Amino acid sequence: MATGNLGLTYGGQEKTPSLSGETEFAAEAGAPGGLFHADYKRHDDLKQMLDSSKDSLKLEAMKRIIGMVAKGRDASDLFPAVVKNVVSKNIEVKKLVYVYLVRYAEEQQDLALLSISTFQRALKDPNQLIRASALRVLSSIRVPVIVPIMMLAIRDSVSDMSPYVRKTAAHAIPKLYDLDPEQKDELVMVIERLLSDQTTLVVGSAVMAFEQVCPERTDLIHKNFRKLCAVLVDIEEWGQVIIIGMLTRYARTQFTDPNINGTIHSEKDKPFYEESEEDEAKEKPTESLVLDPDHRLLLRNTKPLLQSRNSSVVMAVAQLYHHLAPREDVAVVTRALIRLLRSHREVQTVVLNSVASMSVNRKDMFEPFLKNFFVRSTDATQIKLLKLEILTNLANESNITFILREFQTYISSQDRDLVAATIQAIGRCAAGIKEVTDTCLSGLIALLSNSDELVVAESVVVIKKLLQTHQGSHGDIVGQMARLVNRITVPQARAAILWLVGEHCEKKRVSKMAPDVLRFMARTFANEQDVVKLQILNLAAKLCLSNPKQTKVLCQYVFSLAKYDQNYDIRDRTRFLRHLVFPSTEHALLAKYAKKIFLASKPAPVIESVFKDRDEFQLGSLSHYLNSRVVGYMDLPGFPAVAPDSNVRNVESPRPAIPVTSVRGNSAVASSKGKKKETFYSESSSENEEVKDESGSSDSKSDSSSEIDSDSAESDSEESSEEDPDDSVNISQQNIVRLSPSLSPSPPSQRLSRTLVIQSSSESEYSSNSSDSDSIDSDKAVKTVKTSRIPPTIPKSNLDLLLDLDVSDSITTPVMASVPGIPLGTLASTPITDCSIQPASAAYISTRPMELVSSISSGCGLQILYRYTRSINLYSASMVTIELTLVNTGNEDLTEVKITNKIMPVGISMHEFTTLASLPVGATRLVTIGIDFGDSTQNVSCDLVASGKPIKINFRPSVGELIRPVTCTEGVFINEQGKLKGMNEHNFSITNTSELEDVKSISTKIFRTTNMASINSSDPNTLRFAGQTLTSKSLVLVTILVGTNPKLTVCCEKMIIGSMLLAELKEALKN
Amino acid sequence: MIHSLFVINHSGDVFMEKHWRSIIPRTVMDYFFEAQRQVVKDNKGHEDVPCVIATPHHYLISIYRNSLYFVAVCMSEVPPLFVIEFLHTVVDILEKYFSECNESNIKEHYVVVYELLDEVLDNGYPLATEPNILQELIRPPNIIGNLINTVTGKSNVSSVLPSGQLSNVPWRKADVKYTNNEAYFDIIEEVDAIIDKTGKQNCSTVFAEIAGKIECCVRLSGTPDLTLSFINPRLMDDVSFHPCVRLKRWENERILSFVPPDGSFCLMTYHVGCQSAVAIPIYIRHNFFLPKENSQSQTGKIEITVGPRQTMGRVVENLQLSIPMPKFILNCTVTVNQGRATFDPVTKILLWDVGKIDPTKLPNMRGQIHIQSGALILQSTPSVNVQFTLTQIAISGLKVHRLDMFGENYKPFKGVKYLTKAGNFQIRM
Repeated sequence: MATGNLGLTYGGQEKTPSLSGETEFAAEAGAPGGLFHADYKRHDDLKQMLDSSKDSLKLEAMKRIIGMVAKGRDASDLFPAVVKNVVSKNIEVKKLVYVYLVRYAEEQQDLALLSISTFQRALKDPNQLIRASALRVLSSIRVPVIVPIMMLAIRDSVSDMSPYVRKTAAHAIPKLYDLDPEQKDELVMVIERLLSDQTTLVVGSAVMAFEQVCPERTDLIHKNFRKLCAVLVDIEEWGQVIIIGMLTRYARTQFTDPNINGTIHSEKDKPFYEESEEDEAKEKPTESLVLDPDHRLLLRNTKPLLQSRNSSVVMAVAQLYHHLAPREDVAVVTRALIRLLRSHREVQTVVLNSVASMSVNRKDMFEPFLKNFFVRSTDATQIKLLKLEILTNLANESNITFILREFQTYISSQDRDLVAATIQAIGRCAAGIKEVTDTCLSGLIALLSNSDELVVAESVVVIKKLLQTHQGSHGDIVGQMARLVNRITVPQARAAILWLVGEHCEKKRVSKMAPDVLRFMARTFANEQDVVKLQILNLAAKLCLSNPKQTKVLCQYVFSLAKYDQNYDIRDRTRFLRHLVFPSTEHALLAKYAKKIFLASKPAPVIESVFKDRDEFQLGSLSHYLNSRVVGYMDLPGFPAVAPDSNVRNVESPRPAIPVTSVRGNSAVASSKGKKKETFYSESSSENEEVKDESGSSDSKSDSSSEIDSDSAESDSEESSEEDPDDSVNISQQNIVRLSPSLSPSPPSQRLSRTLVIQSSSESEYSSNSSDSDSIDSDKAVKTVKTSRIPPTIPKSNLDLLLDLDVSDSITTPVMASVPGIPLGTLASTPITDCSIQPASAAYISTRPMELVSSISSGCGLQILYRYTRSINLYSASMVTIELTLVNTGNEDLTEVKITNKIMPVGISMHEFTTLASLPVGATRLVTIGIDFGDSTQNVSCDLVASGKPIKINFRPSVGELIRPVTCTEGVFINEQGKLKGMNEHNFSITNTSELEDVKSISTKIFRTTNMASINSSDPNTLRFAGQTLTSKSLVLVTILVGTNPKLTVCCEKMIIGSMLLAELKEALKN
Repeated sequence: MIHSLFVINHSGDVFMEKHWRSIIPRTVMDYFFEAQRQVVKDNKGHEDVPCVIATPHHYLISIYRNSLYFVAVCMSEVPPLFVIEFLHTVVDILEKYFSECNESNIKEHYVVVYELLDEVLDNGYPLATEPNILQELIRPPNIIGNLINTVTGKSNVSSVLPSGQLSNVPWRKADVKYTNNEAYFDIIEEVDAIIDKTGKQNCSTVFAEIAGKIECCVRLSGTPDLTLSFINPRLMDDVSFHPCVRLKRWENERILSFVPPDGSFCLMTYHVGCQSAVAIPIYIRHNFFLPKENSQSQTGKIEITVGPRQTMGRVVENLQLSIPMPKFILNCTVTVNQGRATFDPVTKILLWDVGKIDPTKLPNMRGQIHIQSGALILQSTPSVNVQFTLTQIAISGLKVHRLDMFGENYKPFKGVKYLTKAGNFQIRM
């Protein structure tokens, strides 16, 4: 450091600005205090530089000023000169002026106001960075006068085009709130708006503002809950922490306790094995307790974040699971927490702290990782102690020998604190686990002869506690310890010995020694510490009562010594004891019971973890770490007994929702929102009564079938939503089916282009939907909406199909799944030979899967169901789409489920599903395959391999599924039919007329058997159906005459198809 | 959240402060210094300064790195890990900027540091911590840059918002161009182990685990989309990823699919847990004994032999043993047949730099330990901290299967390197 003299000489040189600010600081360091003159001069110099017209000089001056600010020196007298430069064109000067302004504006409010107009102007700048930084500085200068201006600026900025500016606005909200809490109501409105923002950049900051300003307004979260869950992975790390923290509190108010059945048992700290037994018994009921789907959604969507590189995110998820998850699910966080133990020392400390707290009640979670908590000699003391605490918490009958052996090595450690803590830990283990109490006790007694006094002292204290908890005669031990009094100087240990001697003074061996101990202590009384003095008094009183002959005089001597002690506690105690032990005659009432009072059996101290009572604080919070309430800590609310209405989280408008790749999942999710579902299905019911019934029944089925169904479906949907950060939509009505883009590697900007959207809604709804997708920010998707809209010439099709598919570089089977019971959209791009014949949607879709392979015959518990989705296969239009439901009913996880060994007749091709990596026990997966049967009903067989084991499967389609529905006008129909006469026409006269009375039921039967569309007919007695074979695109026309002479006619260019179809229809009509 | 940041050097001077809200006087640091003094009094290292200190009105959360303390001052409830992680991020950023984050570098670049700090936090909340974005906003100082700035009058500070800030891949700059497109992957595994003595000479592994990480240096033009697959991905027990990795893809297929950041970064870390057998590449035979408490002798003995074990055919290199001796030991005089052994009488560390292990002639050290006269001898046994490296192998057996690039048309140069090191490798004597 430069001396004062040096500073002076520098002061003289400072007319010439030095290029690097560094020399300046060296001088300056010596300057404070006496060198007022030099100081003044330097600032004068800086002012000159700031006033100059050259940007470079200004920049130099600002850099030096910032250097001063950074060092914490006062640069406030330069304020006027600096503030002038706020208008500087040079971006760096400007930035530094901003930094300076934020630092000193509070102190020089009047002058700061001069700069306000500049910021107001900058808020309108076309450059988003300038707008944002102006807002940042404006909101950071803590001058109460400008509150209205700030409010205005914030309100403008939340509707800014740039998400970055909106983010800055979110940051500005708590600043304004700190400055003027009266603005709260207005700010809450702004926050509400920001919370519904669609960009992930903004959401994190919006939640942060929410937490600062109005954390009690859970009603604002309802509508955004699902969106937040869905986009969580895409938000930056810091935002994730804040959102998870907020969602934890939110979930505590909205969902019921998932452990409601198990809590009574789990809260108590029972030995591990008992607990697990009980857990097993409890497992069933807990599992059957159905979590709210939103609760589950939250848990599922936070789980991937355990793999974050950011330790605070991992911790946030861990605490969320700790506070919200069903007991058996919490274990998923263990590994991640263990991983953090390799991180920085500070991270380790905090994590171990939380683990210590968790391990009190959740032994089973950490027990497998016991070794990770073994102490290393290089650990910091704090970490060592925490690890020891955890090891002690985890100790049980099965691992105690292991732990004790480990403890043994710690006792010979060089770290005194660790040694002391280890002895305490041994004591706790001994008290907690009956089997090892004696071993521990003898081990501790062995330590009494250790050469290290600290070890001995600590052992004494621990033995004292142990003897209290452990019933039985301990005369020998106490006697041995009494001998140590001479040697041990640690006050706590001396006090402990004295107490023990007093307590056991009537025991055989002790009774002889006790008076000697007292005599010895009386001699050193004056030099003892207070704790020891108190125990000497206690001992004296007890001995005097049990053995007055030998000790009465000694006792009186001690009491009179204590009477003049400096410490008033000791004087008080003496007075109190004297009256009990040596009563003056008139007060003898209590003294009669003196012996009972002093030598009563005392309750044993409970030796337990210091982390036991930390439950009241939220895990991972500062309050939890310090174990005291910190300013601004919000208590975690308890679970409500009855969950509030979950419908509040439904989003009103049927927006394009989280994409789903499966049908079953769709209905399962939809079924959880009862009311919505009604309207959803009623749309289709007007078209087909029968279909509605079908879907209804299947619905209830999927309801009753386990949660797993929706699980798999929802996890699918997560997949796609994660890939697409902009897609911040909610799970509500799933009218949209989307390809999962995750399998095809593509830059994220292109991801959206892979999305396939099918909307099954009426024309009128279309507009609302498209506006929604507008807001998704996906220009591309919107574009495709416009281009691929089906021309309105098709009267039948009330569906719009939005498709932008790039099959060529996609690895996956691009198959769109369909919604059961709902007419499906058609593919606008399908090649159509005749423009008057248009592809139509399937009128009926079976929702009931049929069994292909039973779980028994597969040999590995895999059950395979199949179903024709009657949707257009996206891989090839000539393929029949078959949906396979794979259910693992066995008791082993299946891995690598795939199709191999396809045996195909010529002209038949198949597109299999992508290999499933695993199929856990009880899980259900939906996969879709496409088969081009080449307009034949030949058998297609292949092997489905699961866990390396092949299962033979055969597909033999019914001819009705090889047809795709088409529509045309009646005229075209008759015209086409006229072309297909003779060999191509197959007739059948229906004899049993009674069945043909109901036209509607006939249609239904036809639709069930074959995938055709009905054609409007002018003649009420004639039913017409049209279709087209998948491969050759030849027309299939069916006519049914009802009335006096019922007749069924099938016309098809392919005679075999025609005749087979006729046979099938005949069969169908008969039933 | 974070109100202020103070940076304190080794000698206890606050040489930098930054306030994001109202100014908090420097005197609050007195609480910190007091805690520091307490630690020094207890004869402990800098690591033992508590990382969270509660004062009447403030909470001081600190980290210790590169012999500097970074102390954040908070005034209300905040997850402590949030602050700690943030402080580490700040140091990481400074390291990226100045290659080393030490006192002289910070002092030399006060302005840049201050601008950075202003950018990473707004009102105490993290704003932009992605190094790529920051480097576009505020250019790292270098000589050429300074020269250009002086000549052209341009500044270090960007006037437009970095493209990454708004993109889906905030970690990647737009328009990256290289003439040589290359991607290097270093798979580095560290063996953590505690080896205890049982019986006379046998060493038994109490605990062994492998912690691995994949450090990448990717210099590819445009926006490449990489997939990295392993031959045996199931080895990895627990993984954590850079945000660029698509988690779902990993979960389903065990493939790392990502759009990499530009430059060097840590792609993932993983653990190979103690459940699977971990190969321990070396063994130690040791003999350590101190004179009995009441004996007149003032010398003890030490003898150590190191040998290779389960090295998978590689040579153990850079072997180094450090033994922190008990405080009452005055000196050690040892002779070694290989390398160099030194004893530091201040820190009481016996350091033996062995080098390579030659299996035909095992490294050996023997010598005497001198005890301070009159000192109380405590029968404590030191533990040996071991450092070593094995090149061209990942001890867990992890192997990269292939690396594919999509989205760009050029052919990149790809390289994978394996390395095994000792992590927290301890042998108890």
